[in-house]
Amino acid sequence: MKILVPLKRVPDPDTRIRIKSDGSGVDLDGVKFAVNPFDAIALEEALRIKEQLGEVEVVVATVGGEECVEQLRVGLAMGADRALLVKTADSLDWLAIAKVLVAVYRRENPEFVLMGKQAIDDDSNQVGQMLAALLGIGQATFVSKLELIENNHKARCGRETDAGIETVTVKLPAIITSDLRLNEPRYVSLPGIMKAKKKPLEEMGLPDLGLTVASRTQVLKLEPPAPRKAGLRVKTVDELLDKLKNDARVL
Amino acid sequence: MADILVIAEHDNGQLKQATLAAVAFAHKVVADGGGSFNILVIGESVGGTAELLRPYGASNVLVADHAELRHPIGDKYAQIIADVAGQRGATMTVGAASTFSKDILPRAAALLDAGMLSDVIDVHRAGDEFIFKRVMFAGNVIATVKLDGAVKFLTVRATAFAHAPKGTESSPVVGVPVDAGKLPSFIEYGGREAKETSRPDSTEARVVVSGGRAIKNAEDFERLIGGLADALGGAVGSSRALVDAGVTPNSLQVGQTGKVVAPDLYIAVGISGAIQHLAGMKDTKVIVAINKDLDAPIFEVADFGLVGDAYQLIPELVEKLKK
Repeated sequence: MKILVPLKRVPDPDTRIRIKSDGSGVDLDGVKFAVNPFDAIALEEALRIKEQLGEVEVVVATVGGEECVEQLRVGLAMGADRALLVKTADSLDWLAIAKVLVAVYRRENPEFVLMGKQAIDDDSNQVGQMLAALLGIGQATFVSKLELIENNHKARCGRETDAGIETVTVKLPAIITSDLRLNEPRYVSLPGIMKAKKKPLEEMGLPDLGLTVASRTQVLKLEPPAPRKAGLRVKTVDELLDKLKNDARVL
Repeated sequence: MADILVIAEHDNGQLKQATLAAVAFAHKVVADGGGSFNILVIGESVGGTAELLRPYGASNVLVADHAELRHPIGDKYAQIIADVAGQRGATMTVGAASTFSKDILPRAAALLDAGMLSDVIDVHRAGDEFIFKRVMFAGNVIATVKLDGAVKFLTVRATAFAHAPKGTESSPVVGVPVDAGKLPSFIEYGGREAKETSRPDSTEARVVVSGGRAIKNAEDFERLIGGLADALGGAVGSSRALVDAGVTPNSLQVGQTGKVVAPDLYIAVGISGAIQHLAGMKDTKVIVAINKDLDAPIFEVADFGLVGDAYQLIPELVEKLKK
């Protein structure tokens, strides 16, 4: 069995994001990067399946510049078998990334894809679903519970929806996107890091995949949201009620 | 001239109010640069839901009604949306951001090779083009963007568009033929775990009382957070910590992943105020924070902050509200 785990390099989720004064981008000075937390959860799930079933190859893949190798190495150190970097300097939007992943998928032919539901930098929650549509296969999104059934031909998934946990069974191959509570990813160990150095990490360009893709999204400007007025401390419940009734008038 | 298709959301026929925010978005686009919009309702026996959407100025309320569509299964719904949007030449297909629309709209977009923007909070015309604003980095960055392509898909933040008002005209209801045999069948629905509640949905309530790590168990949550919500006629919410601990169901989670709410009043009880939680409630009108830790980041966004033990203060608050 082969499981493909696309992952994304993102600023560490606890970074206090600062925007450049000209609004042209995020100030990345001194920012630490990480594997997108949802993708780390997806990878962890793939690794657990590998530990359970035995003959599973877990392949991590990403699209971006050379700096993304850092996150692929984390994936390998966690336990992935092989890594792929589709190298491009272009900033690609979600449909474009999905098209690149189609080419990676066709090259790798996995039994299924496990990936994060959204990246914590752009919070779009699109790529997995687009990839499923382009490939003409099923999808299970925002998955917090995953069980392979019927001789690994289907996946029974618990999905976190606004109304509660929904259960679906999807035929494989499929795109499965992970939500927060699917698992808690393992930490990278020193032996893991050492082993990772010997694992295959392949780099290729878009022409190697026979692809020409372009982003249709153009970011014109970034700005912070309107700041909130400074608040005030109240000392008692009585004071709070007074403020809410008479100042804020929300009661 | 825009030709917009608004995808209505309902829960077993019960219309989600967020749909009216998506309709308001359509109104804005049409007011800005001309055009028209249709509303699409998908489901089984959803005639009643369609009726509710007639007074909002749509050219038509389209209804795709079939037993196969009883549950919002991603592959079937995306196919219907792509078919209808394609047949009608919709230049924009839009839904209010929710797990429903996030599951199906990107899939429908890709079926039509259309680009998509998520969590749009504003739109205006600049000449021939539309300029959108959307939210990034857990609500800490607002991006002004353009999306190329004649066909665009969007989800809009319901908190950013005041619900469309009712008009005097009544849109016709038009049935969309559904060829069930041609629908994909990759996904099989297996039921939903949803707790029955008489409380409003946190995305629709005027007041939300939300509990965090300070709340020790489900009974205390119901007594303190539920009690305060009931005293205020509000909804309950939860931080991630309580859902992870199994104290509250995922449907209560407010945050970057979870629900985004902007009520008139949000009372955060024992919630520290991590970036990921703030992402879900920062646009609230009045934020109250009650926390033992005077350095908790939640106090940075709170309009009124009360330092103390929730287990003492909430019962006192409920008591005094009842007077």
